[in-house]
Amino acid sequence: MTASALEGGVWSAQDTSPSEVESELRGLLRERHAQSDAFVPARVLNLVVIADREWRGEIQNRLERVGRYHASRTILCAVEPGRKAIDGWASVTAPRSEGGSGAIVVGQEEIVLDIGSHHLEHLDSIVDPLVVTDLATLVWSPHGHPEAVDALLDLAQVVLVDSVDEPDPAQAALRAGRLAERAYVVDLAWLRSAPWRERVAGTFDPPEWRDDLSRISAVTVRHSPVSVIAGMLFLGWMAVRLGWQPGVMVSHGVALQGTAHGRHQDVTMRLEPDEAMSTPGFAGLTVETASGMSLSLDRGPGGLSARRTDREGRESRWTVMGASRGEPGILGEGIRQALLRDKSYGPALAAVKSMVAA
Amino acid sequence: MATAPTKGEEKEAENPLASGLERLPIRPTTLTIFGATGDLARRKLLPALYNLAHEGALPERFNLIGASRSEMADEEFRKQARESIQQFSRRATDAKVLDALLEGVRYVSGSFDDPGLYERLGTAIEECDEQAGVEFNRVYYLSTSPSFFAEIVKQLGDHGLDHHEKSDVRVVIEKPIGTNLREARELNAAVLDVLDEEQVFRIDHYLGKETVQNVLAFRFANGLFEPIWNRNYIDYVQITASEDLGIGSRAGYYDASGALRDLVQNHMLQLLTLLCMEPPVSFSADEVRDEKVKVLHSIHPPRPEEVCEMAVRAQYGAGVVAGEDARGYLDEEDVPADSATETYAALRLEVDNWRWAGVPIYLRTGKRLARKVTEIAITLKPVPHLAFQQEGAVGVQPNQIVLTVQPNEGASISLGAKIPGTRMRIRPVNMEFLYGTTFMSESPEAYERLIMDAMRGDATLFTRDDEVEAQWTIVDPILEGWGAEAGPIPQYESGAQGPEEAERLLEPDHRWRAI
Repeated sequence: MTASALEGGVWSAQDTSPSEVESELRGLLRERHAQSDAFVPARVLNLVVIADREWRGEIQNRLERVGRYHASRTILCAVEPGRKAIDGWASVTAPRSEGGSGAIVVGQEEIVLDIGSHHLEHLDSIVDPLVVTDLATLVWSPHGHPEAVDALLDLAQVVLVDSVDEPDPAQAALRAGRLAERAYVVDLAWLRSAPWRERVAGTFDPPEWRDDLSRISAVTVRHSPVSVIAGMLFLGWMAVRLGWQPGVMVSHGVALQGTAHGRHQDVTMRLEPDEAMSTPGFAGLTVETASGMSLSLDRGPGGLSARRTDREGRESRWTVMGASRGEPGILGEGIRQALLRDKSYGPALAAVKSMVAA
Repeated sequence: MATAPTKGEEKEAENPLASGLERLPIRPTTLTIFGATGDLARRKLLPALYNLAHEGALPERFNLIGASRSEMADEEFRKQARESIQQFSRRATDAKVLDALLEGVRYVSGSFDDPGLYERLGTAIEECDEQAGVEFNRVYYLSTSPSFFAEIVKQLGDHGLDHHEKSDVRVVIEKPIGTNLREARELNAAVLDVLDEEQVFRIDHYLGKETVQNVLAFRFANGLFEPIWNRNYIDYVQITASEDLGIGSRAGYYDASGALRDLVQNHMLQLLTLLCMEPPVSFSADEVRDEKVKVLHSIHPPRPEEVCEMAVRAQYGAGVVAGEDARGYLDEEDVPADSATETYAALRLEVDNWRWAGVPIYLRTGKRLARKVTEIAITLKPVPHLAFQQEGAVGVQPNQIVLTVQPNEGASISLGAKIPGTRMRIRPVNMEFLYGTTFMSESPEAYERLIMDAMRGDATLFTRDDEVEAQWTIVDPILEGWGAEAGPIPQYESGAQGPEEAERLLEPDHRWRAI
């Protein structure tokens, strides 16, 4: 061991070991307790992040901007090809107390480990001593490193993925499906469509419009060019919920198009990339029915701009209110979802497989 | 919480798209706030609506209509609403969402007994329907002085605004529901003369608090507690709602109300019922409320001669709070010099049923006490035999389960543990769960939850007519007994633990927890 230092709630060391990091972190926690009775460590979940060393700062920035949805203990494994030894850094942070007497101050713990590529295959042996026992553990590997995720699957209960990171929707669905066999998968590509799913469900909720669900003849999703898989997941969700049998989607110019067999009629499924969308997600969607009704939802000021045209061609417009969460908000939502269980994703993912099958 | 069936919903097929969504859809709604320029609307209701809009939790299609006595144009009301939201919202406002919320807001003015107000309101509501081609559900929120509740409901009935062929009509009524049993019955009768009980949503905002709802989760989601949740294991229960502040500028309201009406009749009895109720068959509105009402019916209202044995009242006197001199209640601005209004109330109640017979349940609330805390403390009976040395240590104490509603929301259990060393000495230690350390989510304001539930038609967290009347049945004799007493009422020192007289309510070996 070399150059160890403990300064102001932060500890770091070169050529260290997981047990030393864990021991020093415990020391930091004891120190904070001794400084203030009001200090209490958060106990929500462990987040293990595997990231390339050169992008470590960017990942830390993203994690800092997730808002209130912080993991209670974050273990960031920064991978540097060729590195042999493990360098470690640990901190315990808490907001400055502004409450009155008796108010608690909730602290979070962060560990950063600089590791080499050769550590990834047995990353569980490094991470295991560092996670808080009995808390759920979430793994996120934004720069690939599937071998590291695989190594942690016996340790972690939840894997955070963003299926849009994989350009080929078939591969994205395959990977997410494999992970889902061993852990609960939280997919940011799926979470981005949550408000859209809620809106479509809400639109057809009034009894007088409910019957139109069985008459849907076409669904078009306008999406960011990188979000094909997100569009497919949305269509898969509709197919599962409404009893459609989706077929393979094929290229129609820049769009993808396919047919789902519904109970009453076929449904045209269409995915249209919107080049103007610079962030992942949807730009809009349109649902049409055989009876001539169409509903469009598009991003707009203060929420989604809704436009409904009835069978007589009468049009009404309104705003479905809601603030955009932004990409940091989506990551925070992903962390929050790690402690919930969304039973809709798995079936939607299964439906996607039939849209991308050769 | 289950959603109550709404008009025509019994035969209606389930919405297959809603299944599995974290946030279930709410039908298109037109919400009318009576008293829209008042304090509650400005501080709580309008900011709550903004926060629901921000989170995308309002119905797909939503109209807001303000109704109040002040004459003003729609635009002027929108300006006032914007200022209120910007000042009181729990989060910074997003200008675009705020614009979208306020864009179509309408305002109708008039005295609440003026039929013209309701004609204009009816026209405004119908215009919303016609413009959208949708029959919106109607929710009327009575955020006015209680003296207008009956009149507004009557006028709604007179103008055909109380029912609608194709949509649901609901009325949300703020507390207080009367100031005694007679008034509560009269108001309930007046309201139910026009509306069905299923349409009425009586607010007790305490029930909208996450930590109050968590009492149910704590009890009914954990097999650990149910076996001991009865007279065989529980020695006594204390429910405390203390405040460190005085009455501030609320003398007008408070002096006419007092601690018993302000907190005990509603909030504290709600906590008591959640703590003592039997497990409901389901969490549907009526199943839960049926069980709560059974608890209230199991509490015998005191006879006049029993009041002084089971109830104590007091007023705060001068003292020191947070190092500063604090004046007594009678020296507060606008408080009559001979006021006999209690700022502190403590009760000893018993729930006479199979589960709770013989277990004293102590309630206390007061202003200007040592600190602000709302908690339920359940003290278990002592172990039957002490095999451990008591010498040189605090020793074995009865276990205590404390559910804290505020400020540090959570639960703790006190246990006896061995003090490290060569001797077997015991002292109490705490096992604590704190909401703030375990959940990342920020709890929504109680009003956000309750407004959403009212729009959805879920009355679980609202008070039913028989529940309100059962609450007053317990409290009324105490008010009458105190009203018959002559002379000044006991004083307690500001910033302290409350009056010494409260000790007389306690059974031997019981003690008030330190506030």
